[in-house]
Amino acid sequence: MPETTQGRIIMSHVWKMVAQRLALGLLTLFVISLIIFGAVELLPGDLAQSVLGQAATPETLAAFRRELGLDLPAHERYLSWLGGVLQGDFGNSLANRRPIADLIAVRFSNTLFLALYAAAISVPLSLVLGILAALWRNSIYDRAVNVATLSSISFPEFFVAYILIFYIAQAGIFPSIANVSPDTSLGERLYRTFLPAITLTLVVTAHMMRMTRAAIINLLASPYIEMARLKGLSPGRIILRHALPNALAPIINVIALNLAYLITGVVVVEVVFVYPGLGQLMVDSVAKRDITVVQASALIFAAAFVTLNLIADVLSTLSNPRLVHRR
Amino acid sequence: MGFLTAIAWIAAVIAVSAGLAWCFRAVAVAALPQTMAKAMRTAPLTASFGLLIILLYIFAAVFADVIAPFPERAVVGAEYLPREGLDGQFILGTDNLGRDMFSRLIYGARNTVGIAIATTALAFLIGSVLGLLAATVGGWLDQVLSRAVDVLMAIPALIFSLLLLTIFGTSITTLILVIAVIDSTRVFRLARAVAQGIVVMDYIEAAKLRGEGLWRLITREILPNAMAPLVAEFGLRFCFVFLSISALSFLGLGIQPPTADWGSMVRDNATLITFGDITPLLPAGAIALLTVAVNFVVDWMLHRASGLKE
Amino acid sequence: MTQNEKSVLLEMRGVRIEGRSDETWSEIVKGVDLTLHRGEVLGLIGESGAGKSTLGLAAMGFTRDGCRISGGSIAFDGIDLLDASEATRRDLRGKRIAYVAQSAAASFNPAHRLIDQYCEGPVQHGVMGRSEAEHDAVELYRKMRLPDPDGIGFRYPHQVSGGQLQRAMTAMAMACRPDLIIFDEPTTALDVTTQIEVLAAIRDIVDQFDTAAIYITHDLAVVAQMADRIKVLLKGEEVEEAETGRMLSAPQEAYTKSLWAVRSHARPEQPLPPVTETPVVSVRGVTAAYGKVPVLHEVTFDIHRRRTVAVVGESGSGKSTTARVITGLLPPLAGEVLFEGQALPADYRQRNKDQLRQAQMIYQMADTALNPKHRIREIIGRPVEFYLGLRGKALTERIRELLRLIELEPDNFIDRLPSELSGGQKQRIGIARALAAEPRFIICDEVTSALDQLVAEGILKLLDRLQAEFDLAYMFITHDLATVRAIADEVVVMKDGKVVEKGAKGEMFTPPHHPYTELLLSSVPEMDPDWLTDLLAERAAGRAGGRMTPAGH
Repeated sequence: MPETTQGRIIMSHVWKMVAQRLALGLLTLFVISLIIFGAVELLPGDLAQSVLGQAATPETLAAFRRELGLDLPAHERYLSWLGGVLQGDFGNSLANRRPIADLIAVRFSNTLFLALYAAAISVPLSLVLGILAALWRNSIYDRAVNVATLSSISFPEFFVAYILIFYIAQAGIFPSIANVSPDTSLGERLYRTFLPAITLTLVVTAHMMRMTRAAIINLLASPYIEMARLKGLSPGRIILRHALPNALAPIINVIALNLAYLITGVVVVEVVFVYPGLGQLMVDSVAKRDITVVQASALIFAAAFVTLNLIADVLSTLSNPRLVHRR
Repeated sequence: MGFLTAIAWIAAVIAVSAGLAWCFRAVAVAALPQTMAKAMRTAPLTASFGLLIILLYIFAAVFADVIAPFPERAVVGAEYLPREGLDGQFILGTDNLGRDMFSRLIYGARNTVGIAIATTALAFLIGSVLGLLAATVGGWLDQVLSRAVDVLMAIPALIFSLLLLTIFGTSITTLILVIAVIDSTRVFRLARAVAQGIVVMDYIEAAKLRGEGLWRLITREILPNAMAPLVAEFGLRFCFVFLSISALSFLGLGIQPPTADWGSMVRDNATLITFGDITPLLPAGAIALLTVAVNFVVDWMLHRASGLKE
Repeated sequence: MTQNEKSVLLEMRGVRIEGRSDETWSEIVKGVDLTLHRGEVLGLIGESGAGKSTLGLAAMGFTRDGCRISGGSIAFDGIDLLDASEATRRDLRGKRIAYVAQSAAASFNPAHRLIDQYCEGPVQHGVMGRSEAEHDAVELYRKMRLPDPDGIGFRYPHQVSGGQLQRAMTAMAMACRPDLIIFDEPTTALDVTTQIEVLAAIRDIVDQFDTAAIYITHDLAVVAQMADRIKVLLKGEEVEEAETGRMLSAPQEAYTKSLWAVRSHARPEQPLPPVTETPVVSVRGVTAAYGKVPVLHEVTFDIHRRRTVAVVGESGSGKSTTARVITGLLPPLAGEVLFEGQALPADYRQRNKDQLRQAQMIYQMADTALNPKHRIREIIGRPVEFYLGLRGKALTERIRELLRLIELEPDNFIDRLPSELSGGQKQRIGIARALAAEPRFIICDEVTSALDQLVAEGILKLLDRLQAEFDLAYMFITHDLATVRAIADEVVVMKDGKVVEKGAKGEMFTPPHHPYTELLLSSVPEMDPDWLTDLLAERAAGRAGGRMTPAGH
């Protein structure tokens, strides 16, 4: 009886904390939308001017302004833009006048696919490598891994990508152009996007592995680990049962940080491998100064980034007994 | 077989670098004044290798005019001439417009690295001044700055810079300003965290109770104790900024032609790779090598700092 | 006692342990012998750096990272711990030799409930099954007199108080009914009144199961209650060893005698100052809070010229907060602080240079009180330059004078960094910095509690001398009643943010007392080995208040 009431109090308390985090995340997104919208307002001249250029006649300018709604005051335009975004309507591309939502939908799912593909390889890999490095710290393995990861963190993505193309794609093992369409089968997709996924894996694994190692080594110095050793427990049990539960919060955060990086950091990799993702669309649009598309892509990337950090935040809260079981 | 040759090459490169690093360390220990020599003697090979590389880059950047056989922007031959083409006149061949690759690589050290250093310095100036202020003054100033930084950091850095560069255009000045402002948020976080650890110390309380002003508090009492982590962070931030600028240039949105820059050189000559020519990898490798070198040195510094604490 | 007839449990011969710093190995323990019989309790006593914890851990065949056993032999019940395989040692640890750490709060894993951590040892060592272990845990929690023994195991460490955690950890150490327990300063982090409960519980359970123990501490009075024999260590070497009674009454070595002697230092009584004299500092009805949490209620007391007022209380009693109100770091909600009859602005930022100069502060942790990047010259010189405007030669001369005042050789010390000083020297520099401002009033916040007894003694004597020389008024914050005896003229006892009793030192140490003062006074361990037994008997009989505690000796 008292157990269950206590349990209920605990859960309601945790949900309140989760709700607070969610509210904070939504607020952040709202402010970000303001920044993204407001930044365009800083454009020298205005949108119509910068698209049509100096040569445009006043009449065409005025007509274009009306079409874009530029004759309305800024706050009204913001509200109608935000209202549209919330219903999945991002307006039209300035370059080809097509609805942005149609352009983005497929590409965003492609980007997510690539990011998840890379994450599926890199997260388990880096956790295992990191825990091993912590267990065998100061060994030859640890030092070699340290040098290797430091180096791979330092490589620009396009360097890694071109090396892979040079050695692997040239040998004809995997394609150097990751050409996929919505009706490509899953197996074919995995095959064609193998090189970009490996490139991303190489870039993020090093970072995740180093942070996992640091988090665990940090914990191994704590008195309760010494206590566990003095209780005569086996090294495996000490790592898995005593260190790992306490290292969860930092590890979750590292993973989230890198997943967020994967989603946004794919831009360069997408360009190298000519992969039809959101990043490539954004780069193309920047070159074409297709500002409405850039705005929409930036907002989607930011939303994905904020959501991931939010999930990590909630998960690491739930992994902390001090927060879940209050006095 | 290709794989095995690659492994052999890597092994050879590592062996040669280790040898060079060892010689460099021996020379440095002999040449430097006593206190610095003492630090050098305990430096691992990775760190002395890093120092050697950094010195080489600085040398190339400073004496680019002397070293480079051709001017930075001059078209000196046909397009895509092979390496050692025309009787060894062009050591690395020519690029997509017929400019000398080797000379542009040398000038790239000046341009790319120079811009990255300027950007990092600016980011540090903004970030650490605000971070130290926020931690020292506290209260509403800290709240306002920290919340603002939280929001800015919630936008992915590369995406944010793409957005801002679209709006403000891609001149070198805007590039430096945009990247510096975005990066200063990360410096702010670190500077504030470090300073917060120092501000709670009794010697800061003693200085406050003595009646010391804010300026002296920050410069004389806090800054000397925050220097070690900040200097290490400068190295890491430099790597990050350097890689971001290179990535932007590679995407065609950073340093603009005809300025010689490693990121755009990779982009301009990328097609050669599909013909089995590794020349376009050289500027990319130049970026990677410098970042590796800086990271090695920073790693050593961090290790030293944590070792001294114990 | 019949230890001699009992069989030997632990035998250490010529044990040497090295620690690594700066890539070189140096000896921490330099050839110590130790013999422990079954059921016997050995007290290991020494100051910091004596190597007592390192030696205690070595009894389990364990060294911390960066240490190694370089010589000697350690035999536990006939098993050579240094020769044995790691698996053998692991099997002994927790099962036949258990460990109780100094900070229970840090030594319990925050991610698991107490009972899970209790059961882990017996289950992993195959001593008993999980349900049996749980049953046993409740039984031992009861024996350790923990409140709610049935439920407390299902809490997480952060939900349990420090004193209770320490008892739960002792219970956990008992889980496999080991032959030997190493207690490593188990009560050092606790308040005196909590310490009593833990000491009593530990002693009972060790008696009850006839467990042998090594009890490590720096506190003589505590070890007197717990140990059958006492071994004194100094810098990794044994000074002497004897049965407790003899060690207390007739120590042989000069070092041991000097340790004992510290306890008897006391400042002579002085008459109360005349009522007409204006106090240097006067705290009037101060009420203060951190945010919405009230911490001080109506605190009132005076501090006169050339006098030392000791503010005594346990952690959380509000004594340091009172200092923060006086210095202006925490403006009070009500009340005021007068300096020589004049009200001081509540916030230090509103005080002028002279007001700031007149009240100085000396901190508990000299490590954090001195800027590690400043040389002594700057640390002491800055207040001189800032308040008194001295420059150049005059400044250097004043710094040298101040160094001589705190008994440090100027040429040797003036250009050192704090990291190049010992703990006691750092604290002296802290004193010199306060003195440099030429104040009327100094707040000493637990200035000796981080120091070894002999060093602390020197600091107290120095403070005494400086007070007479410069007419200073001291507010001396401490939790240690021995220090109060040594230095105070007047005492203010605080509890839960209120002043419960105040008056001249003589009055405070003679009955009748306020009940809390009585509890505090009676909880301070004394050198008498029967003190704890007597006290517990008395408290059980409900005759609290009948005990005489002499002021000084």
